[in-house]
Amino acid sequence: MTTLPLYAQLINLLAAVLLLLSFAMLAQRRVWSLISLFGAQGLALSVSTAIVAYGTHQPHLYWSAGLTLVLKVMLLPWLLRRLIRQLDVKWDVEGLINIPTTMLIGIVLVVFSFNLALPISQLASTVTRATLGIAMASVMLSCLMMITRRKAIPQVVGFLSMENGLFFAATSATYGMPMVVELGIALDVLVGMLILGVFFFQIREQFDSLDLKHMEKLREGEE
Amino acid sequence: MIEILAVLGLPVAGALILALIGHRREAPVVNVVVSFLTFAAAGALTARVIAEGPLLVLDRQFFVDPFNVFLVALTAFVGFTTSLFSRPYMRIEREHGRLNAARLRLYHSMYQLFNFTMLLALLTNNLGILWVAMEAATLATVLLVSLYRTPASLEAAWKYFILCGVGLAQALFGTILLYFAAERLLGAGGGALLWTELNGVKGQLEPTVLSLAFVFLLVGYGTKVGLVPLHNWLPDAHAEGPTPVSAVLSGLLLNVALYAVVRCKVLVEGSLHNAFARELMMGFGLLSVVVAAFLLSRQKDIKRMFAYSSIEHMGIITFAFGMGGPIASFAGLLHMTVHSLTKSAIFFAVGHATQKAGTQAMEEIRGLITVSPMIGWGLILGSLAILGMPPFGVFASEFLILTTAMREQPWATPFLLGALGIAFAAVFSRVQPMVFGETTAKRLPYRPAMVPVFVHLAVVLMLGLWIPPFLAEWYRQAARLIG
Repeated sequence: MTTLPLYAQLINLLAAVLLLLSFAMLAQRRVWSLISLFGAQGLALSVSTAIVAYGTHQPHLYWSAGLTLVLKVMLLPWLLRRLIRQLDVKWDVEGLINIPTTMLIGIVLVVFSFNLALPISQLASTVTRATLGIAMASVMLSCLMMITRRKAIPQVVGFLSMENGLFFAATSATYGMPMVVELGIALDVLVGMLILGVFFFQIREQFDSLDLKHMEKLREGEE
Repeated sequence: MIEILAVLGLPVAGALILALIGHRREAPVVNVVVSFLTFAAAGALTARVIAEGPLLVLDRQFFVDPFNVFLVALTAFVGFTTSLFSRPYMRIEREHGRLNAARLRLYHSMYQLFNFTMLLALLTNNLGILWVAMEAATLATVLLVSLYRTPASLEAAWKYFILCGVGLAQALFGTILLYFAAERLLGAGGGALLWTELNGVKGQLEPTVLSLAFVFLLVGYGTKVGLVPLHNWLPDAHAEGPTPVSAVLSGLLLNVALYAVVRCKVLVEGSLHNAFARELMMGFGLLSVVVAAFLLSRQKDIKRMFAYSSIEHMGIITFAFGMGGPIASFAGLLHMTVHSLTKSAIFFAVGHATQKAGTQAMEEIRGLITVSPMIGWGLILGSLAILGMPPFGVFASEFLILTTAMREQPWATPFLLGALGIAFAAVFSRVQPMVFGETTAKRLPYRPAMVPVFVHLAVVLMLGLWIPPFLAEWYRQAARLIG
């Protein structure tokens, strides 16, 4: 077996960090810490993108890394924190989720993603191909997080971290999407976040809480 | 090329202008004028395509072929008629105190932005931009669904945002996989996401990657089409948003999402050379038809009922494209057109009917035909059209789909016929007492806009009897493309 160049090893390391952070987010019940973890995930993504850019001489990936850094490490966590402060739900703790069970489901999802990604990874010519499974796993884990959470802000963090997983998939499998597409996606994420910010206030105003258990009125055949 | 720029530029300009003046009294008129100009530009584009054939312009980033040209015209047309309908409708809503000036400004601006994202999704050649446009369409409509700020509308909008957000994330993953497969043939950079380029090399794309990509793309865009079991957001969003929004969601957004699915299906089909994509689409389609028909019969809210009817029809179309072949695809394209026109006409009539009755509960809407014959006739004729009564166009397309199914997929025919029967019984038995019977309705402060309803129904009637030769030719060419 040939040894990988240093940068490839670094990328694999960061991929592992990314997956670990996904699990940590799945287990985290405090909103404030959840956002820190989300920021850390964004940082890992940004650094790994920069390393891919350096190692494979793909200058446009530096832009992508910079974009991730500004948007996902600085801007979005800042916006989320500001929102939480304004809404005064800092100590919002999630109840009612069974963390061990969720973690077990998470492990099953990871195994599933690795199996799914295996045939594709073998086709990839990029040095980072081994990480495609990890990217898919973190998308799945974020998806799981969105399903299991009952409060608005953790759901949104799950949504954003899913976007992280997708970007990681794009860099690891293909060295990034065309720039215009990446810019479009980043714009959508940012606008989406702003809309959600407005939305939180509306939900709060109507329900006096960001707990989504109040929002189960619209069911089949009961209205 | 100038036409494409106009089609895309006008709604953006409209959104910007209306963001500034959308709360004024003349804003609805500005909305109508901008929508009309967009429609005129789309008409010019259509004329250009009739004269010169398909276009591929602006560094291959935009293209018009027989498959999307009629959808562009249809989108601009329904966008225009809905703006006509929304003028009196929103004024009445404001009179009833459900909206204020600031919300109307948001509504008008987002309405134009939504039109822009639809047209961009249709015209772009880049599958990445297609995704971006679909996501932007979601964001624009989330704000429209929650316009009334009632608890129910907020809940509906939240559900819509989260479900479609997750769905579209799957679609993005599918797009990444597609790019991954194409990049090896076409090289990195913008070229590998251009549909025309991909279509040229589809035979050489890696089948394993493409089949996985298609699953993600179908689930992703299928969420927006409202395919069962991913349909949960759709009835809520339709029932709780303002009625013009329900009309454009049903009439336009679902079509555009289905358009995205079919574009991807063409690529996957070319690479796989087996029935995988077809079977998947037939399965989802049939499940949607059957489940929607049963749920439809249990509804009490009129807008929810017609939302389920949209799911049912999207299922029929998906099933038709899944079967494939020149006749089924032709019928699918025709059904897309007539469903969009009929369903938006129904929502126009329903909107004014609910304003008259002051409720969306079907049991409390009675005797529309005595107080306002136009609304009553619009609702009953629209319902008959959507239920597939001859001589309306829906009958023609459903007939073609059913006969093809009998020949090629006989096992599916009982399900289709049964579901259509249930839907017929359910919708007709509810619409009939709403239109006839004792009345409870009150007068409206403004004259309702009934012209769009009858214009739509007239076009649907015409398409049932006679399809213009150029349109039939596009359907045929697009059907060949879809396979």
